[in-house]
Amino acid sequence: MATQSSSPSLFQGDLVRTAIRESFVKLNPAILIKNPVMFTVEVGTLIMVLVTIYIGVSGDQTQGSLGYNITITLILLLTLLFANFAEAIAEARGKAQAESLRKTRQETPAKVIRAVGNMYTNEVQTISSAQLKKGDVFLCEPGDIIPSDGEIIEGLATIDESAITGESAPVIREAGGDKSSVTGGTKVLSDRIKVQVTTQPGESFLDKMIALVEGASRQKTPNEIALTILLAGFTLIFIIVCVALKPFADYANTPITIAALISLFVCLIPTTIGGLLSAIGIAGMDRALRANVIAKSGRAVETAGDIDTLLLDKTGTITIGNRKATNFYPAPGVKQADMVRIAALSSLADETPEGKSIVELAGADVTRHLNTTGSKLIKFTAETRSSGIDLVTGERIRKGATDSIRNIVERVGNHFPAETDAKAKEIAANGGTPLVVTENEEVKGVVELQDIIKPGIAERFDRLRKMGVKTVMVTGDNPLTAKFIAEKAGVDDFIAEAKPEDKMQYIRHEQTGGKLVAMMGDGTNDAPALAQADVGVAMNSGTQAAKEAGNMVDLDNDPTKLIEVVEIGKQLLITRGTLTTFSIANDVAKYFAIVPALFITSIPALQAINIMRLHSAESAILSAVIFNAIIIPMLIPLALRGVEYKPIGASALLRQNLLLYGVGGVIAPFIGIKLIDLVIGLFV
Amino acid sequence: MTSELIGFALLFGTAVGLAVLTGRYLSRVFRNEPSVLDGLAPVERLLFRLIGVDPTQPMPWAQYLGAVAVTSVVWVVLAVTLLMTQTQIPVWNQGGISPMDWTLALNTAISFLTSTNLQHYSGESGATYFSQLFVLTFLQFMSAATSLTVGVALVRSLRAESGASPGNFYGDLVRSLTRVLLPLSLLVAIGLVFAGVPMTFAPYDTIQTLQGDLVSVARGPVAAMLPIKHLGSNGGGFFGTNTAHPFENPGMATYCLHLITVFLLPMAFVCFVGYYLNRRKLGVIIFTLMTGCWLLLTIPIMQQEWAGNPAISALGIDQSAGSLEGKEMRFGTLASAFWCGVNVVIPAGALTSMHDSYTSLSGVFMLLGMQIDAFYGGVGTGFMYLFLYIIIAIFIGSLMIGRTPELLGKKVGQTEIQLAVGVIVAQPLIYLGLTAVAVLIVSRAPDGGVALGWLGNRTAGPNGYHGFTTMLYEYVSSVAGNGSGFESLGDNTPFWNLTTALAMLLGRFIPIVGTLLIGAQLYQKPFIPSSSGTLPTESYTFGALLFIVIVIIGALCFFPALAIGPIAEFLTQPR
Repeated sequence: MATQSSSPSLFQGDLVRTAIRESFVKLNPAILIKNPVMFTVEVGTLIMVLVTIYIGVSGDQTQGSLGYNITITLILLLTLLFANFAEAIAEARGKAQAESLRKTRQETPAKVIRAVGNMYTNEVQTISSAQLKKGDVFLCEPGDIIPSDGEIIEGLATIDESAITGESAPVIREAGGDKSSVTGGTKVLSDRIKVQVTTQPGESFLDKMIALVEGASRQKTPNEIALTILLAGFTLIFIIVCVALKPFADYANTPITIAALISLFVCLIPTTIGGLLSAIGIAGMDRALRANVIAKSGRAVETAGDIDTLLLDKTGTITIGNRKATNFYPAPGVKQADMVRIAALSSLADETPEGKSIVELAGADVTRHLNTTGSKLIKFTAETRSSGIDLVTGERIRKGATDSIRNIVERVGNHFPAETDAKAKEIAANGGTPLVVTENEEVKGVVELQDIIKPGIAERFDRLRKMGVKTVMVTGDNPLTAKFIAEKAGVDDFIAEAKPEDKMQYIRHEQTGGKLVAMMGDGTNDAPALAQADVGVAMNSGTQAAKEAGNMVDLDNDPTKLIEVVEIGKQLLITRGTLTTFSIANDVAKYFAIVPALFITSIPALQAINIMRLHSAESAILSAVIFNAIIIPMLIPLALRGVEYKPIGASALLRQNLLLYGVGGVIAPFIGIKLIDLVIGLFV
Repeated sequence: MTSELIGFALLFGTAVGLAVLTGRYLSRVFRNEPSVLDGLAPVERLLFRLIGVDPTQPMPWAQYLGAVAVTSVVWVVLAVTLLMTQTQIPVWNQGGISPMDWTLALNTAISFLTSTNLQHYSGESGATYFSQLFVLTFLQFMSAATSLTVGVALVRSLRAESGASPGNFYGDLVRSLTRVLLPLSLLVAIGLVFAGVPMTFAPYDTIQTLQGDLVSVARGPVAAMLPIKHLGSNGGGFFGTNTAHPFENPGMATYCLHLITVFLLPMAFVCFVGYYLNRRKLGVIIFTLMTGCWLLLTIPIMQQEWAGNPAISALGIDQSAGSLEGKEMRFGTLASAFWCGVNVVIPAGALTSMHDSYTSLSGVFMLLGMQIDAFYGGVGTGFMYLFLYIIIAIFIGSLMIGRTPELLGKKVGQTEIQLAVGVIVAQPLIYLGLTAVAVLIVSRAPDGGVALGWLGNRTAGPNGYHGFTTMLYEYVSSVAGNGSGFESLGDNTPFWNLTTALAMLLGRFIPIVGTLLIGAQLYQKPFIPSSSGTLPTESYTFGALLFIVIVIIGALCFFPALAIGPIAEFLTQPR
């Protein structure tokens, strides 16, 4: 789609303006209570407002000067706004992304066919797409924009799906089979199709996705809820610590100002992660959307990070499309040119990709001179396992599997050359498929068909292995060929001669062992397996049944998308984990800034633990609160982009993130608070 | 000094060696595999027939927790009744003992039920021989057996297979007693009698001093009580001065024997975790973490005490033997400090010296050790507390590597986090909350609450920063089930008896119920084999993460309170 390239700037002007407005709207306690950490900050801010008003009215200086209290109140308010802004900007970006998709489904005229007997007689009526209901059938002709998601029930058409996928090459969609789905907003280029509407208006996958990034209906994922509970627990501990500190201080004859107590509290509770948590979740969904994957729930994206086993179809994922002819090996005594000519002849009328690739390999020089007019086509059947052509000149040309051709040849008493037999076996052992060609029941040679493994796929599997994900190749090939390709591509396991139920069985088997399985599929017969898998990604071109069964839909129909989805899931969790660690680690420095400041008048000796040598009690508290506030916007880019996932093994990754965000989280605020204190020192 | 340090190393080494053997033995006992004491099986069968329990019958979790609750209530009612009427019981009554009022009886009963042994009474004048044996020693056995049993139940729930029951509470309780606590106690008691610890039912003796005064000398069945006092992380001594009393702890031989028994079962339990779950490396890592943290707390205490009290140095008094105030000369500064370091991390809380007299900074480390209570910790319960931090560390650590959290192959979800956080929050809520109440009474009530008869004598009672530490220590010690005290607190008043009883009850049963509920949740979940993407729990990196979590969440939230207490006291000292 047009805006698919993830926008280079995280903060576009118009989005920022919306987000700033939203930051104030979100101050509403009824909204904020969903975030317990920030809600307590709001309560603290309100108390500070009251204290400030009291000081302003009474002129009482025991709680510190009016200016100081106003400053603290403002910084607390700013902390809240920053946190709200983080969530708002994430929402705005998600919405903008979804909007650009939604634009593709603006109201378009729909040619509805009213069924016979319903006071209409197959009459075509033009209504607005918004009026389409599930079950309606509409007609699309060349040039029409498809008004709604649906399934082709009649006809075949070439369709331009670039509005959704960004891919300009037209695709073919036809009734029956696995490529019968059309998406609203795409354009019919040729032919006419009848399409049945499959979703109620407002219930399409895109609508669901938009709801997931919007605040109102956004459901927290189980992991997000658990983290919220953990953060609420930390907050509770610090409420206890700070409330108890008041009588402790009174006992020690150390009056603590309300401003200092609330500052200590706000600094200690995990406001950094508390403020960024929902932004991280929304950004995760947004990243999925940017990868052109529509997730039906946030949970599905999280689960993707946990996947243990990945089922991948061989064709299209591991190998490029179908098998291709790579070599002609003539039988002993047969000229190369003759053999090529015969092989090309055998395939001229063959519409299978393999047949076409033989013609292609033979080259235009050979095929140009061939004439098949009036000849009789012999179709491939499962019984004969061979196909061919009977020319008008009387030549009988066949090609097929070794053993079936051997039958044909030896039936008429001809000899099947040992050299060709050996060559065929060699080809099979190398993962290829041998096709023997004959002319008038005489062996002329063997064609080698090879699977072409996608460049770079072995590296991707290696990356997956380092993530702890086992890859499984699913193919209809015989076990020997499958094994060869599996080894060459570097997958961990394979299912050869696979039937749809085999996939299902494999998934069940892995799941009984406690593994989480992801798979991608498009056909109706994939639907049960998609539903059974923990993460099922359906291709957008697939059947409606497949799309309903999976929990994600890939708009690009890209079979390697699963790998990206796994990384997006991991990135989401890592961002949460590292920022939580960072937020908690920050506390160490804040204790050392605020605690000595609390007791500066009554226990001057406690200045010994003012290891940052902050300049005064008030500047120490101000510096800590300011640092606490500005760290939120500073981390927004990280929260939105996500912490990068590196497949270096769990232990190494933990060590690295612990050093970076744990130890870094301890050190950074010491530097930050000291710097802010120096700046404050210039003014006070 | 060098010879003492070598001695400590040897003592520690012996304890570790014995703990490894005991840990393997515990694993055999609780897996019902053949073990040394199988000869006791007929006795156990008889016991089970008497109490009408089929030990092979697994209990559902609710019934299991019910059994813990029922036995606890029965013991408390029984103990309060016997303590309040102890002077009327004619047998094994040495005479001259005052009856306990209901607040003291309740406090004593609860403190022994919870393995705390806070002891607001003094053994010589407050308990008859009958009470010492049939109430206090009995409860020491029962509470230790309960700790061990629930600890085992938690570890069972971490096994790979899933199920619905942690076993039979009564079955494990009886086996804890017959297979572990009673035989070990018998062995230790024989050693103690040979080393000079009295074991007699004769009334108190009287001796005439050189000045001609008649002095009453308390004695009694001491050797019967001491082994379980230390083995069970109880710490309640026969005499008021606890293990500092020469009849409880005549010399270095008994000192070593006592300390080894304090170490033995808490350490063995960690080994048991490794053996029982077949995850030796996990056991080793937990053990290393616990030992490291214990040393981080003990070495500063020893260093501070050896350096001496700066206030006394300021007077020009020689302190080359360390700070000797409140310490027994027969043990000296280092041995007393080492004992202190062991007994604050392991909630035996037995004393050979006056913690009140320690230098102020030592107080910081004592409080931290008790507050976290998981560096070895109590029999069974130490691992429970660490387990809560493990849950938190697993959660954060798994997220950091991009996985939803899982512990030993079981997914950690919302409920588990909720329970772990609940228990971790409950602890500061109890001790900081109650300290705040006490502090408010002292600073706000007329005459500091003395008139109310609640807080004891004002002059002898809490005062200044040190007074604050005294009160904080009392509650932290209660919640942790430690039972040691800053004895300057006049603690036998209704206020302290009742509030610490509450602290002990909550401090013991919230973690037990909480962790067992987490165990119940995990146990039901399907096992997921680990892959190279799983958070490696059995690695030192995870150990480091766990350490950070404990320091930042467990220890640092204590910092403001410590700043007003021991740290302020230290910084304001004359020097």
